Amino acid sequence: MSPSMIRILVTLGALAMVGLGLALPWLKTPAIFVLSYGLAALGVVVMLRGGQISFGHAMYACIAGYTVAFIQRAHPETDGVVLVIAGVAAATVAGGLIGVFVVRYRAIFFGMLNLALSMVLFSLLAKLYEFSGGTDGLRISRPPLAGVTLERDGFESVLLVASVAIAMFLGWLVQRYFRSAAGEALAGVKTNEARLEYLGLSAQRVLWFGYVISAALVGMSGALFALVQGLVTPEMGYWLRSGEFVFIAILGGSVHAFGAFLGAVLFELIKLTAAAYLTGVWQMLLGITLIAVILVAPTGIAGLLRMGTRPTEAHR
Amino acid sequence: MTALVRTEKLSLSFGGVVAADAIDFELHAGERLAVIGANGAGKTTFINIVTGFLKPTSGRIYVEGKDVTALDPRRIVRLGVGRSFQLPQLFLEHTVRQCLEIALIGKGGGLGFFKSLSQQVDRKEIDHTLDLVGLRERAEEPCASLPEGQRKLLDVAMALALRPKLLIMDEPTSGVASEDKLDLMNAVMRALEEQKVTSWFVEHDVDIVTRYATRVAAWISGRIAADGTPQSVLADEAVRREVLGIA
Repeated sequence: MSPSMIRILVTLGALAMVGLGLALPWLKTPAIFVLSYGLAALGVVVMLRGGQISFGHAMYACIAGYTVAFIQRAHPETDGVVLVIAGVAAATVAGGLIGVFVVRYRAIFFGMLNLALSMVLFSLLAKLYEFSGGTDGLRISRPPLAGVTLERDGFESVLLVASVAIAMFLGWLVQRYFRSAAGEALAGVKTNEARLEYLGLSAQRVLWFGYVISAALVGMSGALFALVQGLVTPEMGYWLRSGEFVFIAILGGSVHAFGAFLGAVLFELIKLTAAAYLTGVWQMLLGITLIAVILVAPTGIAGLLRMGTRPTEAHR
Repeated sequence: MTALVRTEKLSLSFGGVVAADAIDFELHAGERLAVIGANGAGKTTFINIVTGFLKPTSGRIYVEGKDVTALDPRRIVRLGVGRSFQLPQLFLEHTVRQCLEIALIGKGGGLGFFKSLSQQVDRKEIDHTLDLVGLRERAEEPCASLPEGQRKLLDVAMALALRPKLLIMDEPTSGVASEDKLDLMNAVMRALEEQKVTSWFVEHDVDIVTRYATRVAAWISGRIAADGTPQSVLADEAVRREVLGIA
């Protein structure tokens, strides 16, 4: 698929999401959840490009969400835009610090270290009731957006449009990153780390940059999720949530940045359909879908649509 | 004249096995050194120590007089010591051209995050390197699709893209059909001469050694048993017995 065709499809998809959301108000919240999950999966995809898989990345959504809640508790009038920026900044800084440690490890050790750290955070948030509200979490009241106080419907509409714009912008930016020197070197970590070192490049440094970008993306997801849900709980950082992000990333594929959003749409559709018609066995439907993707389309929906521009991506 | 590479009493042991035994070695600019030796003699281990992949038990390594004993491979590469491998080390999800583009990041392009890598690097420079090793026609193909001989050439080309002063090649003709070996070595040597790169290659084929080397060093049990012109080393009794298997 040519880049211009991808641009057209992404634009049509974005317009459809905004249009449907505004025409069918009940769809606004699921649509924002889809975009939030898509951003988190995009963060996981960045790590997949480097050949690493994290089972703990939900901790960055959790860090961003709780940052939003803490700031609002301390300064109730803080603007939503500032809250989102602060949430992303907190997740990015955390990613930078944790990244220094975890990028020294590879494969299962990388994945499990991330999981372990996310479970430490989960436990702390669940136990430190006075500080974090325990398992009940913290409520977030509807903040003003860019100085304008809105009712619920208007707030969700603005958040939907903003989420679509953010997803498109970040998807484009990440795709640029994949094709940049840093992004191609990250793909080099996956296929031949030793060679990178013998070309004068530090594989750890390359992976660290990818990790920080990945944490920032998941942080953005968490900040948006916190605002639309109006509540943050330790569940945001639970390992099952990280697993969902990995699921969506594999479903969408890592050959193109926008694959993560396609994966998120399909994930939400399966969940909504199963909730309506297959109550109680929706996990089975997800499992069957994942098996089908791995067997039929190992490069995910993006690979199936031939969104990759690299010969090995297009023909695999 | 300062040696390009010099080692002093370089030793490395793996448990009771001595892989490098107090090796004193010098390589000067302009030389074409062939290293010969039986399997397990310590040829590749010595390369791994000099390029920073393995740390010696004792001894020092100098590149143009600078002590690099404690440096890691990427810092030694930046001092002008390139390396190719017995098993070509390529980026198998990339095309031939993209492999060279990634190689050029290390030359000083830096880790840009926004500009496309293909726009960041000099396309003419890559085309020139591809021409040197005869891979221009396959530039847009996935490197995973190349036959072994061309993979070897690409491996060398990636090291050459950094414009090293010295290129160390570990068995450049191994795994290549005998009828293709000379073509491969001709292409490699042409590229090295054009870029005025000093070379050091490990080789088992005596015909290749006599044809391309100006100096030969023979390794036996982690030591340099003989070092000199190809004629003198290949005539050495111990080398004929231990390395060439001629009684």
